[in-house]
Amino acid sequence: MGRLLLAVFVGLFLGCTKKESGPSVSSDAKVKVGLVLDKGGKDDKSFNAAAFKGASDAAKDFDIELKVVESPDDASYEPAIRGLAERGFQLVITVGFAQSDALKKISPQFPKTHFAIVDAMVDVPNVASLLFSEHEGSYLVGYIAGSKTETGTVGFIGGMDVDLIKRFELGYREGVLKANPKAKILTNYVGVSSEAWMNPTKGRELTLSQIGRGADIIFSAAGATNSGVFDAVEEKKKFAIGVDSNQNWVKPGRVLTSMMKRVDLAVYNTIKAEKEGKFVWGNKFFGIADKGVDYALDEHNAALISDELKKKVEQVRTDILSGKIKVSDYYVTRTLCPKSPLNCDRSQRRSGESGRTTQSVSQ
Amino acid sequence: MGIMDTQLSSVTEWLASGVRMAIPLLFAAYGGLLTERSGIANIALEAYLLMSSYTAAAVMAITHNLYLAISAGMLAAVLTAGIFGFLTVKVKADQIVAGMAVNILVMGILPVTSNALFSVSGQTPTLSLNERIEQTWPFVAIGILLIFVTHWMFAKTRLGLRIWAAGENPDALAAQGVLPKSVRWKAVLLGGLVTSIGGIYLSIGAGSGYTRNMSAGRGYIALAALIFGKWKPIPTAIGCLLFGLADALQMILQSVSIFADGSPLPTQFVQMIPYVLTILVLAGFVGKVSAPKSLNTP
Repeated sequence: MGRLLLAVFVGLFLGCTKKESGPSVSSDAKVKVGLVLDKGGKDDKSFNAAAFKGASDAAKDFDIELKVVESPDDASYEPAIRGLAERGFQLVITVGFAQSDALKKISPQFPKTHFAIVDAMVDVPNVASLLFSEHEGSYLVGYIAGSKTETGTVGFIGGMDVDLIKRFELGYREGVLKANPKAKILTNYVGVSSEAWMNPTKGRELTLSQIGRGADIIFSAAGATNSGVFDAVEEKKKFAIGVDSNQNWVKPGRVLTSMMKRVDLAVYNTIKAEKEGKFVWGNKFFGIADKGVDYALDEHNAALISDELKKKVEQVRTDILSGKIKVSDYYVTRTLCPKSPLNCDRSQRRSGESGRTTQSVSQ
Repeated sequence: MGIMDTQLSSVTEWLASGVRMAIPLLFAAYGGLLTERSGIANIALEAYLLMSSYTAAAVMAITHNLYLAISAGMLAAVLTAGIFGFLTVKVKADQIVAGMAVNILVMGILPVTSNALFSVSGQTPTLSLNERIEQTWPFVAIGILLIFVTHWMFAKTRLGLRIWAAGENPDALAAQGVLPKSVRWKAVLLGGLVTSIGGIYLSIGAGSGYTRNMSAGRGYIALAALIFGKWKPIPTAIGCLLFGLADALQMILQSVSIFADGSPLPTQFVQMIPYVLTILVLAGFVGKVSAPKSLNTP
């Protein structure tokens, strides 16, 4: 009921302001860009922070009017997107797969407005879908984890149990096993609802549990929950791997590296294209070739990644690009069992539960 | 992974983890217990938790003084309880609506204040290790003390008996010359104070600062534990521990091999455990529910 009320209030708010700014839209030459963030908010230090950074950079570089909306819950995507479209924003960028249903519904109603969505495929002729090869980036950090582990056990913590995060998990698993075929990989998911992205207390608990079972490096793809993971590795003097943004700075020396998803780049380029009148709808893929996904190396983890390891990782990158290494994509394989016959402890049993086709990216 | 070699360590780890998960639940459930025993239905526990965890972390980040942080966290929750008390006790609004209103209010206020103070939305700066209460035992000790003090208060003290009476039969209390209103005020504020310790645990005990909506529904799970315990101190505490252990169990089960081929139970099934437990409890599995008779009647 609270969400309903909130949705009504947001709707009212956007509805009211619409009237004020309505007449000036046509005369205003500035490109108006709206950014609808997911529940983590602009300061989640991870996924939404990257999107916010991309949009703010674009606002600095180009003469645009930027409006950022944070979504407190699932019910607020739709009024937020609709409100921006109604107020004459030329480009509305939605961040996160959770917004795909709302966008699918609203985008056909505003055919003259350009939309973009991060992490989901929305097949409407005015929507650009910004997609990342998370499996390839996760393979790289998995390779680093497999090379660096001293206990031979590494961990993976996913936020919400959805296909997107399983894509991270599978790529990570294969990367770990490439570097260390005997490695043991522990996995946990924080939850099955969107609260899983912002539950640091539970993230800490899961990390302590994995450390208790021998893990010394833990890759966590769980949004704002990551802060709890970092706290736990700091307490226990182990290592974490950050996600989406470069999170190495959050706990310098304890974050081995970060699987960077350059959402900032994708958002920046989309705004740039809009500004230059070159907006193109359809799917845009960001992979390791264009550094749309990458592992993070900076002054905070320089001491942790040796030159030798760096060389090896670069070799892996080259091999993926040349097709010598083929990283399994969960959207295609639908199973978490990596190609390697070893260590197949989460077996095909899990593949049956979601035997959908590759189309369900936007799920 | 083999289940045998890790069995023993798994059990101790499970118990420790379960206790840690139960701590915020216990304080929130006792905050609810105190309030609801006086006849005020309280779904604003979530707001108390968020407010106290945010304030404690924010004051810690600014002053670097642990005692100030703890006091501020407590004060913030008591003030939030004051707003809730004003709505329910003073102006006699519908208690469920008032509770929801306070929840929404707090969820809205926190991003605004954090933006004003630290120019981040819905967060506080990360606290370093020495600025946190790294040990769990102080919270466990306060929790155990709280269980016995509350039990004793309801059994022996004048205030406890009056709170109980305000929830069962406020007219009888009034006939004795005691204003139910003033008793309920005390109960509501005390509830805020007790819940605040759970919030403080979340942000500067188990966490390194406040992150947006970090209570993640614990205020509501605490209410389920309260109903499980039939609004009685000791059974409520058992309920909290049970929920904490169930949550910890699902974490461990997620990656323990169960089937012959070495695969674990499906995540979705395992993660259902705490929720199924909650539903069973709320569906009356615990027997006849004996809520305070005047609950939710202003």
